[in-house]
Amino acid sequence: MIGLVIFGIIALIAVIIVQLSKVSDLASAIKGEESARLQSNNRTAFWLVIFMIVFLVFCVVSALYYKNVMLGYGPLTSASEHGGKIDGLFNTTLIATGIVFVLTQILLFWFSYKYREQKGHKPVFFAHSTQLELLWTGVPVVVMTYLVVSGLFVWNDSMADVAAGEEVIDIEATGYQFAWDIRYPGPDGKIGTKNFRLIEPGINPLGQDWSDEKNIDDFMASDIVLPVGKKVRVSINSKDVLHNFYLPHFRVKMDAVPGLPTYFVFTPTKTTEEFRQQLKDYPEFQVPFDDIDPEGPQRWEMFDFELACAELCGKGHYSMRKVVRIVEQEEYDRWLADQSSYYMDNIRNTDDDPFKGELLGFEIGRRKNSLKNEFIDIVDSDSGEGTINLEYVFFDTGSANLKDDSKYELDNVVTLLNENPEVIFELGGHTDSQGDDASNLSLSQARADSVASYLAGKGISNDRFTARGYGEAAPVQDNDTAEGRQANRRTELKILSKKEG
Amino acid sequence: MAELITTYDTDVILAEQGYDDKFHEHHHGDKYQSGFIHHYIFSMDHKIIARQFLMTGIFWAIIGAAMSIIFRIQLGYPEESMAWLKPLLGKWIVVDEAGIGTLAPEFYYALVTMHGTILVFFVLTAGLSGTFSNLLIPLQIGARDMASPFLNMLSYWFFFLAGVIMFYSLFISTGPFSGGWTAYPPLSALPQASTGSGTGMTLWLVSLTLFVVSVLLGGINYVTTVLNLRTQGMTMWRMPLTIWAFFVTAILGILSFPVLASGFFMLIFDRSLGTSFFLSDIFIEGQALDRVGGTPILYQHLFWFLGHPEVYIIILPAMGIASEVLSVHARKPIFGYKAMVLSILAIGFLSFIVWAHHMFMSGVNPFISNFFVVFTLIIAVPSAVKVFNWITTIWGGNVRLNSAMLFAIGFVSMFISGGLTGIFLGNSAIDIQMHDTYFVVAHFHIVMGVAAFFGMFAGVYHWYPKMFGRFMSETMGKIHFWGTLIGAYAIFWPMHYIGMAGVPRRYYSFDSFDAFKHFTELNKFITIAAAVVFVIQLLFVLNFFYSIWKGKKMTSRNPWEATTLEWSTPIEPIHGNWPGNIPSVHRWAYDYNKDEREYVPQYIPMVEGEEEDH
Repeated sequence: MIGLVIFGIIALIAVIIVQLSKVSDLASAIKGEESARLQSNNRTAFWLVIFMIVFLVFCVVSALYYKNVMLGYGPLTSASEHGGKIDGLFNTTLIATGIVFVLTQILLFWFSYKYREQKGHKPVFFAHSTQLELLWTGVPVVVMTYLVVSGLFVWNDSMADVAAGEEVIDIEATGYQFAWDIRYPGPDGKIGTKNFRLIEPGINPLGQDWSDEKNIDDFMASDIVLPVGKKVRVSINSKDVLHNFYLPHFRVKMDAVPGLPTYFVFTPTKTTEEFRQQLKDYPEFQVPFDDIDPEGPQRWEMFDFELACAELCGKGHYSMRKVVRIVEQEEYDRWLADQSSYYMDNIRNTDDDPFKGELLGFEIGRRKNSLKNEFIDIVDSDSGEGTINLEYVFFDTGSANLKDDSKYELDNVVTLLNENPEVIFELGGHTDSQGDDASNLSLSQARADSVASYLAGKGISNDRFTARGYGEAAPVQDNDTAEGRQANRRTELKILSKKEG
Repeated sequence: MAELITTYDTDVILAEQGYDDKFHEHHHGDKYQSGFIHHYIFSMDHKIIARQFLMTGIFWAIIGAAMSIIFRIQLGYPEESMAWLKPLLGKWIVVDEAGIGTLAPEFYYALVTMHGTILVFFVLTAGLSGTFSNLLIPLQIGARDMASPFLNMLSYWFFFLAGVIMFYSLFISTGPFSGGWTAYPPLSALPQASTGSGTGMTLWLVSLTLFVVSVLLGGINYVTTVLNLRTQGMTMWRMPLTIWAFFVTAILGILSFPVLASGFFMLIFDRSLGTSFFLSDIFIEGQALDRVGGTPILYQHLFWFLGHPEVYIIILPAMGIASEVLSVHARKPIFGYKAMVLSILAIGFLSFIVWAHHMFMSGVNPFISNFFVVFTLIIAVPSAVKVFNWITTIWGGNVRLNSAMLFAIGFVSMFISGGLTGIFLGNSAIDIQMHDTYFVVAHFHIVMGVAAFFGMFAGVYHWYPKMFGRFMSETMGKIHFWGTLIGAYAIFWPMHYIGMAGVPRRYYSFDSFDAFKHFTELNKFITIAAAVVFVIQLLFVLNFFYSIWKGKKMTSRNPWEATTLEWSTPIEPIHGNWPGNIPSVHRWAYDYNKDEREYVPQYIPMVEGEEEDH
């Protein structure tokens, strides 16, 4: 019904306009073609000038009204090092083109008015002028040369890669329909290799190649967190279609191309908190963040830098948001310390782990420290007694043969015993409750013995220790679960006391 | 100097001075003008084909503009129910239990994609260049028709077929293609990436491949006709600027569209034959694709190798038309004719070595961008020369401010406004921030959308009498002009600010981002302006069709007192254009107020002592 009414109104307006046109045509026929035309010409010329004035005023006024969204001015000044130069170039160009814009629009409309058709006016025959044409070829050439040269400096500066030996934080962003995954390199500072064929949703979302040790400490982050003032290189990847890694506040933008990793290097110059302080002074940021809650925090307080997608990637293109937090170095270090490796949390010793059942270099190093701490704590304690579980002593299944990897733990034990020659101890073998008691007892004894003979072979005197098999008699956890049984199969170093003397 | 004749009896002059090409000794009638079907449908007459291109262009312009209104409603009024559009859009409007209708994001992107494709190819390429190249090339160079009227007819019908297929794709269940008019793979190559990339994309590719055929058939014809069928005395340096523009446009089309076609073929192969020209390392829908070794950037190179010349294919005809209309209605020669021709040639040449400025942020080596920045910004120089020459053409004239002239002036204004923002975007450093924001949307809509439309309108109002023997209503024309001029600036000017704030284009909704969502008032304003401008364009359509039957009749052959040859043909158009001899040409196209004579048509011989001064 409403549609019908609207259609009716439009039809009516159309009829009125057609009739008006007819009337004005008739009127001109009565007045005489020429005088009617000249009259209308004068009117139109007048309105061209009015339009020009209103238009130019509108341009200036609207620019002043929206000055706070412009680059290099007001609240949204760039938060990165190269961004300031881009903003500067933008404003140089704005001034140059602004002058040309105003002058040419004025000339265009003013000439149209001034030289409107008038009776008896004889136009000038002015077909060309070499001087004039050279002038307005030459002036643009000079202006453009200036803009091109300064533009190219900013460009090559902004796109420069990290110089050899320069410190940089490498992170990786991977776009997919319709979100981003952010990966940090972990303590080694190196991002591990990946391969799209290894991607398994929920298990290995990026297709990290776990046989690459660089992957072991890599972690995924829900926000992009970066320290202020440090150079960052974002490696930009895509899993499926084109995306674009766009950080509007940092003047960073680069396509994410499947099969062709790109990168962008930039240095944040303001922390999120500093940027909030920068926004605080502007009225448009002093409004409630959430309209429904007028008493709640204001816009500037809730401000966050944002990552957006700027290359059409499908129906969810408009929703690929991530928060970017720029923090002081100390806070960044604290944050880093809280992150845990994706591999260790999700992959280690699962079937996907190529190192399943093997010790990794950093695990050995870490264990060396914790073993030493445990050992010294016991030795320094009042009683001087205590038990250490030798976590990294492994045997072949159902046998007393030590696996090669056990040597790290045992060599550490040897070192500690040599440093503390007064310590005497017992080696205890333990099993879980599977199988019959007698064979468990003999297996645990055999295992304790093979550890004892390894230590003896490394020069630890026989009179400092005994080896004893406990079988399944002393479980530390419930034997009903696999984890419990795993914990119960163990070798213990029980420090008895300090040797006399 | 001999006494000057200031009024001309064309027939007498043509009979005495014209060139007898023996045209009327042959029999042509059956093939061309006999019967309704041969006359109006499968016509080989360039004047009919021009009208076919124009009317098809108008049809597509209405469809494309209506689409933009729907997606503008989504952007301006995202909270409002769109349930009232359900009868039109069907399942693409999702109505919830409360009766609130929402536009599906898939269809929003389909509308944006179709709007771009339709406007760029069907309206501003076929509708603009197709119309005026066909109408004016034979008439203004003094030819009986195109070099190959049959290929010319095929050119239209391939375009028509392309249109039918594209139109059909709007109604299929998975929707039309929705990956942007540039159709970048992998989004366009993989049906699993988007519903629109299935059948919709297949139809899009078939349609545009047919369109390429149409452009090539037309282009070959235009170039051949300009080179071979100019009448006696019509040297290249005497051709009107319209012809120069159409000529260079056709060359650009011939050289660039085949490259697009090759990109399309590779895309078709990737889609259906399992090749990997544009695909590598893709994991989609839970599956790693066994397609490696290609690169999506190759497609972008191929696409923009057409895509950039394409914007000049759109704007050059508008420039040619504006030059002609400005000169005729200012009653002055175009200023700096040779500089204008050289600028067209320079722009045409440069358009082939700037394509990667669309790709600064696409992952191409940043070093390469240095060259593209330099070449891109050089284009500002010939463009500036043209603008200053147009303004100087108006200077000192006796300007008739009729609808055609107003649109030509509006064209110059738009070309300045949109051209200057190109200087920002062509500088790759600024493009880091501006790329794919609303600043780009504002730039290209003003410089090649609105400006090209202004050129087209100027041409329609100016040559309407030549096409239909009647005039369009001046009153309606002026309302149309003012509404469009003010409205177009109202739509696109504010987009610069939104773009400077960093808001990306092609966003269905801005709500997710605090940085982008605070322009609701401005977005509403733009939407209202767009709706008003749309209604005003309907007024143009009304004027156009009303005037075909009811417009003021043309009573003299040369109502604008112009110098070019099309105005020496009879009011009632005939096959072969001139009933007797074709005119021979003695001067350039811009002898306005050269001496006591107000204007001197090109077919008037030089009088004794007169010099060709330009």
